[in-house]
Amino acid sequence: MAKVTIPIGPQHPSLKEPESFSVTIDGEKIISMTMKLGYNHRGIEKACEERTYLQDMYLIERICGICSHTHSTCFIQAVEEIAGLEIPRRAAYIRSLVGELERIHSHLLWLGVAGHEIGFDTLLMYSWRDREIVMDLLAMLTGNRVNYAINTIGGIRRDINADNIRDILKAVDTLEERTKYYIQIATQEVTLIQRLSGVGTLSFEDAKRLGAVGPTARASNLPRDTRKDDPYAAYGELNFKVVTDTHNDVYGRTLVRVGELMESYAIIRQILTNLPDGPIAVKAPRKIAPGEATSRYEAPRGEDLHYVKSNGSDKPERVKVRAPTLANLQSVSKMLENGYLADFPIVIAAIDPCFSCTDRMIVGVHHPDGELAGAMDWKALRTYSIDWYKKNRGVNFKIKA
Amino acid sequence: MWPGAMLKEVLCSLFKKPATHNYPFVKIAKPEAFRGKLNFFSDKCIGCKICMRDCPSNAIIIHKIADKQFEAEIRLDKCVYCAQCVESCPKKALEATHDFELASLSQDSLRVIIK
Ligand code: SF4
Ligand code: SF4
Repeated sequence: MAKVTIPIGPQHPSLKEPESFSVTIDGEKIISMTMKLGYNHRGIEKACEERTYLQDMYLIERICGICSHTHSTCFIQAVEEIAGLEIPRRAAYIRSLVGELERIHSHLLWLGVAGHEIGFDTLLMYSWRDREIVMDLLAMLTGNRVNYAINTIGGIRRDINADNIRDILKAVDTLEERTKYYIQIATQEVTLIQRLSGVGTLSFEDAKRLGAVGPTARASNLPRDTRKDDPYAAYGELNFKVVTDTHNDVYGRTLVRVGELMESYAIIRQILTNLPDGPIAVKAPRKIAPGEATSRYEAPRGEDLHYVKSNGSDKPERVKVRAPTLANLQSVSKMLENGYLADFPIVIAAIDPCFSCTDRMIVGVHHPDGELAGAMDWKALRTYSIDWYKKNRGVNFKIKA
Repeated sequence: MWPGAMLKEVLCSLFKKPATHNYPFVKIAKPEAFRGKLNFFSDKCIGCKICMRDCPSNAIIIHKIADKQFEAEIRLDKCVYCAQCVESCPKKALEATHDFELASLSQDSLRVIIK
């Protein structure tokens, strides 16, 4: 049969986000896949340059509704590094605590989504019901269910008290019970095992070569975890293991995530028993000294990376965000090769993608001979975009001096 | 091994109360730390405008209405309910309430002026 290339999207085949895929198939088999992002570009990096560091924190937090603590912590770590601020130990512990609660809610959410993608909606209903327990904890600790706003430059904004600790420990016990049940389901339910085994395989070598991160890498037995590799917040003082698996497929990614839930409960118990006393924040200057820093954070989906450059004013000169999904996209193409078209949604869902977090822009400058000459600076980019709109859309932007 | 590992749980659920709440007829308590609609105490405000400077979304504007008298214009549609203004205010003239049911059909009602 002849090869056919079909477009999928810009409506997402599995999640509620737009991006478009071009899949070459031979019958039911996928030969190759390329994807096109850019439907969700929000200009957050540029907007950051026009706001103060404190305002940016709330903006950055809104990159993702699920990993909001991830992005705000990653950004604030970079800012604190440039400013030379040492956050109090108690603040570091509470940052890790919220980070782990976020991981729990994200993994439970993924479990439900994965169930839904394979037609196992019972799993979706139950895991999302149980996810409410951790959402309530986050609301109790930070005030709101999403966009917690717990961070501030130099520490955190809200302390926790003995009552909170008791409530968290109680809820974690319930969640642990439930997770044990899900592990039992994942290892016993034949429909689940057979549906996910051998689907979207990514070998150890490929995971390493393509730079996979997070549970995607760990399910290919690649023990890559920023919490261990480059400890931040309180992780250097905590005892936990990096959950890996050798299945190399979507089933392995499921086992890694439920395994990580169990690790997160252990981490939370350690944090709460060893919570140091003391202040929760140090005073931060409004203007940050000139400098630059890169910060890494293990999001529920993998390594998140932020770069911040300061010019000595109260606004950053440049902020760059690389969300974990971008690092995993290369692997997705590989996973889909030789797979079936019907597995397409679950393979993509298995990296737990977040396309709007991923959407950043880079415009290459082409020489007349078509060779790429490097990235544009802001001025050139601005002129380019104004010209582009004039030529292609007939919009005439006035350039302010 | 047989399919249907969750069957027992599913059957048991038939006899349980629903996990959802019957909102808006039944309202659940919000956490103590909840950040909702802002409240402004004009008697405490000194017009320093620090709240305006720190607000990430330009949602609060302090107007001078007379000598040492200020009113707050709050844009509920722009506000992201971060309560940074509450924290930044040196005089505790702002407060985050537990009011969150702010949806409205007209944009005008989302611009509130508190004197
Ligand atoms: S920060 Fe407080 S005192 Fe200052 S203008 Fe705002 S509300 Fe008034
Ligand atoms: S709560 Fe946040 S967004 Fe709303 S007015 Fe205050 S600082 Fe601005």
